Amino acid sequence: MSHVRVRGLSKSFGAVEAVRELNLEIERGELLAVLGPSGCGKTTLLRVIAGFEQPDAGCVVVSDEVVAGPGRIVPPEKRRVGMVFQDYALFPHLSVEGNVAFGLSSRPREERDALTRRTLELVGLQHKAGCDVHELSGGERQRVALARALAPEPDLVLLDEPFSSLDATLRGGLRREVELILRDAEATALLVTHDQEEALSLADRVAVMRDGQIVQVGPPVEVYGEPASRWAAQFVGEVNVLSGVARGSGVETELGVFDLRVPASGSVHVAVRPEQLELSVRGNANAEVVAREFRGHDVLYRLRHEGGKTLLVQLPSLELHEVGERVFVRPAPAAVTALVD
Amino acid sequence: MARGRLDGFAVATILCALLVAGPLIGLPLSFIVAPGGLSRFSGFVPEAVGATAVLLVGVGAGTFLLGTALAALVSFFEFPGRRWIEWALVLPLAMPGYVFTLFALGLDVPGIRSTLGAVCVFTLVLYPYVYLLARAAFLSQSRTLLEAARGLGLSRARAILRVGLPLARPAILGGVALALMEALADFGTVNLLGVRTFTDAIYRVWFNAFDRDAAMQLATLLVSVTLTLLVLERLARGRARHAQLAARGEVVPPVRLRGLPAMAAAILPLALVGLVVVAPLAQLAAWSVESVREGLLAPEFAAAARNSALLAGMSAVLVPVVALLLAYGVRASRSRIAAVSARTATIGYGLPGSVVAVAVIVPLGWLERRIDGVAGTGLLLTGTVIGLFYAYVVRFLALAWGAIEASLLRIPRQLDDAARGLGADRLDVLARVHVPLLRTGLATAALLVFVEVLKELPATLLLRPLGGDTLAIAVWQATSESLFQTAGLPALLIVLVGLLPVALMIRLSGRGGVQVEASPAVGAWAEEPEEVPA
Repeated sequence: MSHVRVRGLSKSFGAVEAVRELNLEIERGELLAVLGPSGCGKTTLLRVIAGFEQPDAGCVVVSDEVVAGPGRIVPPEKRRVGMVFQDYALFPHLSVEGNVAFGLSSRPREERDALTRRTLELVGLQHKAGCDVHELSGGERQRVALARALAPEPDLVLLDEPFSSLDATLRGGLRREVELILRDAEATALLVTHDQEEALSLADRVAVMRDGQIVQVGPPVEVYGEPASRWAAQFVGEVNVLSGVARGSGVETELGVFDLRVPASGSVHVAVRPEQLELSVRGNANAEVVAREFRGHDVLYRLRHEGGKTLLVQLPSLELHEVGERVFVRPAPAAVTALVD
Repeated sequence: MARGRLDGFAVATILCALLVAGPLIGLPLSFIVAPGGLSRFSGFVPEAVGATAVLLVGVGAGTFLLGTALAALVSFFEFPGRRWIEWALVLPLAMPGYVFTLFALGLDVPGIRSTLGAVCVFTLVLYPYVYLLARAAFLSQSRTLLEAARGLGLSRARAILRVGLPLARPAILGGVALALMEALADFGTVNLLGVRTFTDAIYRVWFNAFDRDAAMQLATLLVSVTLTLLVLERLARGRARHAQLAARGEVVPPVRLRGLPAMAAAILPLALVGLVVVAPLAQLAAWSVESVREGLLAPEFAAAARNSALLAGMSAVLVPVVALLLAYGVRASRSRIAAVSARTATIGYGLPGSVVAVAVIVPLGWLERRIDGVAGTGLLLTGTVIGLFYAYVVRFLALAWGAIEASLLRIPRQLDDAARGLGADRLDVLARVHVPLLRTGLATAALLVFVEVLKELPATLLLRPLGGDTLAIAVWQATSESLFQTAGLPALLIVLVGLLPVALMIRLSGRGGVQVEASPAVGAWAEEPEEVPA
């Protein structure tokens, strides 16, 4: 049995169905990211699990206890579910230590002090214990928020867009740090985000959410490489959608033959990631470079194919092609996925 | 749906609101219960209507002229001492009408015992309402509008009259409405000056004839006038906001006055403050010294001071606590019915103390008879301070509510959620998150209630238990018997304590803006926002 189970969960606000018959399972110690565009209902999902909203239908089970279901609503304070808020929601009248110890008020003093100290060490803020929260940097505030949620040793930690209020430059480093802290604490965590990179790099599994439902769940590699639908393919990273005819393990398209991950037959659409295409300047050109986005370690080209289609191609930045250059684009040796529309 | 659900907090809020607003809503019922109640006092109503009308017209015109002129002076002109004078002009807010009346009667000002005398007294102590609102409106006006008017050939004075004044009109009318509500609510001044208005009629019907139905009916009539003014004030406030938004831009640079005009601009306002605040304070101090030296102090003075301190102190705890529970109940239950109920509970706002007293006595008396029938406790409610506290809650709840709700709104809801996610139930959230964050708001509310209860005269007079005289009653009693020296010390104490919230307001508005609300005196002003990082 999974550690956290969400079954048939629905929640509407007036005429808006934020979450529709949603199912989700999280294993113990797992870090699961719910990835979806803004307005897809992911924050509502989080708030229902935390107990701040009550579901219209369905149930939530945490650690074998039904916390929300027909005829049973456990109030948030009794759920053993910790939450890290988007803008942290630190208590401005309490010190760093006071914030972290807030959820431990029912424990004996010694245990409380020990847990507070240990959690502050875990997030590397033991030297800031006595500080006021407004003296902290953005990254430090986030670590306090995380420590505060982790201190009572909850069954589940929820993180609501935890990096969205940080500078882009800080984000990468903090992402890794937060992941390490969560793994050190052996916490089970559910993170919601609209940032593909964040979800793919951080999580053990990614659940893609759209219009109140989970449309695909799997390890990051699978969600990226084998999108379940055209929408999922387009939402999780950049993609070229090509039409072709499948014959067993290969698919014939206007750019040539791609290998298929899963054999198919008949007329299909395939999702081709920008790095699954190659360029060469020798031989017959079949496309023209219309735009170039230099990203340092790699380059994203926008091409116009002779068939009229716009293609995205991502290449290492070792060799650069100029805008206006005529190039030959062809499949790279990598398997692609046929889309279910 | 969580929003429509009635949980414990919502029910508690609604009950509390009913308790507070119920008696006021019940007032008009007296016309049904005793249809001919007023026939015994047929002379009272025309007399009261006449006196009240004259009072309203006179005080309205007086505060309008004085308040607007002073506001225009400090907003559009620069002269020596302007920054000090700007705030000194607010000080009369600390002077209760009946204390100024004591001063005027003590000096034996000719013709003071008349409706015109009352109009003068009210104008002098109530003009700050108009002054503050008009000043805020003038200061928010953009120079472009005035410059446009001058470009069209108007002199500066005419530009102010034809553009500045009309733009500030909603704010000024709002201030006048507040001043008029205060004048209507007053009992001490009109009673001492022998002006027979509604509050005075209620008092006479109550004490001389013991006719509660008639008192309730008079109170209903008075309330309808007050509520009309309240509605006018609300409308004016909404329009004032529009006018100020429309007129936003660079501020109007003040014109520097020189020579004789500059001297006049500095001296006349100071003379006014001297007349309304400094001279009375000096006179009261002199009387106090005389009374102590010559043994003229009333023997009950110590008891009255103690009663005042106890009543004001306990109300300063009780009323903010009720307001906090009410405000938090709305927030915690997220129930719309609770929110509407809480709003209803604040209609005691600006209602005359005599009306509130009359309104609460009837349900309390009914309840008391029921309890007496069972337990034989006698006058448990109306004969003790319980009735008085009840009246204070009804009367001053809005004052505390305003101060507390303003701070409560600045606490992001996420903090509530965060605390609950960490195992705090809703009462814990209140105790461990809100109360510490609301310290300033709660302290402000407590101070306002303390001062208002200390000054309060009519409700206390009507509901006090035997031997429960307060400083305010001592001042009124001694003044009505022309024992001015005896009245000096209690009056001095009331004014000095009353200066505290005015000083606080001036200090706060140095940083933020001043706002006057429809409230017995200073009202809930814009409080300095506490630093609550979201």
